[in-house]
Amino acid sequence: MKKRGIHTLLIVMLAAALLCVAIAGQAGRREFWLTPPKGDSETTYMVPPPPFTEGIFPCSECHKDLTPNPKRRVLKDEHTNIELKNHAEKERWCLDCHDLKNRDKLRLVSGEQIDFTESYRLCGQCHGDKYRDWKVGVHGKRTGQWNGKREYLLCAHCHNPHNPRFKPLQPKLPPLRPEYIR
Amino acid sequence: MSTEETREKRIFQLTRRKALKGLAAGLGALALPAKGASASIWESFFQKNFRELGKPELERILAKLEKEYSAQYGKSVKVKATPPLEGVLYGYGLDLSRCIGCRRCVYGCVTENNQSRDPQIHWIRVLRLEKERGVDLEHAEQYYNPSTVPEEGHFYLPVQCHQCENPPCTKVCPVQATWKENDGIVVVDYNWCIGCRYCMAACPYGARHFNWKKPGLPAGEMNPDTHYLGNRPRPVGVVEKCIFCMQRTRELDGRYPACVEVCPVGARKFGNLLDPESEIRYVIANKRVFILKEDLNTQPKFYYFYSV
Repeated sequence: MKKRGIHTLLIVMLAAALLCVAIAGQAGRREFWLTPPKGDSETTYMVPPPPFTEGIFPCSECHKDLTPNPKRRVLKDEHTNIELKNHAEKERWCLDCHDLKNRDKLRLVSGEQIDFTESYRLCGQCHGDKYRDWKVGVHGKRTGQWNGKREYLLCAHCHNPHNPRFKPLQPKLPPLRPEYIR
Repeated sequence: MSTEETREKRIFQLTRRKALKGLAAGLGALALPAKGASASIWESFFQKNFRELGKPELERILAKLEKEYSAQYGKSVKVKATPPLEGVLYGYGLDLSRCIGCRRCVYGCVTENNQSRDPQIHWIRVLRLEKERGVDLEHAEQYYNPSTVPEEGHFYLPVQCHQCENPPCTKVCPVQATWKENDGIVVVDYNWCIGCRYCMAACPYGARHFNWKKPGLPAGEMNPDTHYLGNRPRPVGVVEKCIFCMQRTRELDGRYPACVEVCPVGARKFGNLLDPESEIRYVIANKRVFILKEDLNTQPKFYYFYSV
């Protein structure tokens, strides 16, 4: 009886040791269950929801009944307010960025469909230097905590995706000249 | 003893020594708080320098200030004295290729840091410079007021306290009412400052400002989250300056300074210089960076850079 107890104990200890070795061996590997995968495309940034015009999303709401027309043309019935400007408009049109089949997605050059919340990947295809700076927090505005969670903005929050040049602003009042300070 | 001698002793004689004694006593009495001054003014009159205060003493002073300000501004005012965070040295980056000179930062700072509205005090000054001349401060214009910015052929250079590592302002203070804290922020003890304005003369960036009058701060616009060495309401006759919003940045949930949060173009960067992963370290390592008036060896922790 006593011998069996010792045997059981030994087996349990051996199993525990094996498990420890296995975990230690796995720990360095990326797909280990404790460490989430860290790829470029999988990093998520805290961004507010995309700045859609009210009531325009999901696009499939209207587009589900329409037959997709991949032919490049000037839109006459809908989306007439959208004007491509300041962004090589001659070389570009809707389906360069919007997906033909799934209207609620954007489309990378690789054909990969991405959500509107990830639109920075779309812009980053060409503007790699800005994308790199944006990821580390140097391009664009950050709010939140300097030592913790910071909120990013999507490119489209500051740059209208169809007319990306930053709009001029009215400056706030200049300081008073000393002679007017009483 | 002759009658003449006795008479000389009896009549009042104003000697040089007596006159000086009287003058000293009179001037001393003038320097004391007025007769009608409240007890708290008497107390702050005899208060020690901030750096010599013990913990119970400091807590009593903070509680007293909170009570005073709360009554004055009709809201619950918090006065903190949070010490610097360990292992933190603040650094600031300003992207000159992004700044459009819209002055949002100027007024964001005024609101956050309880500057006097009237007479006007601004901690941030935005200089407009000509692209042709580059950073040529002699041709800087701070009163520009076009309908929209940016203007053709110009760029903008906001200036505020550079939180120098080698600050000339603290060296000239005759009473040590201003000093550099361990996180690099140069602070002023408003209760200790005598208002001589030597520091203003010493600062090469024009970053210090004097309260010529009692600050005009409307109760409705008063920010109740304050720091003793930072944005608490200032008395008349003291010098004040940018303190990197220490009421925000020194807390554990260190929020960005108000000017960083308000900048519409994201030209302002802030972080810990001792943290190699921080934004500011990335800027210094990867961008074209310069500091203002480098030749003065003030070693500012305020870095201007070009992101493109």
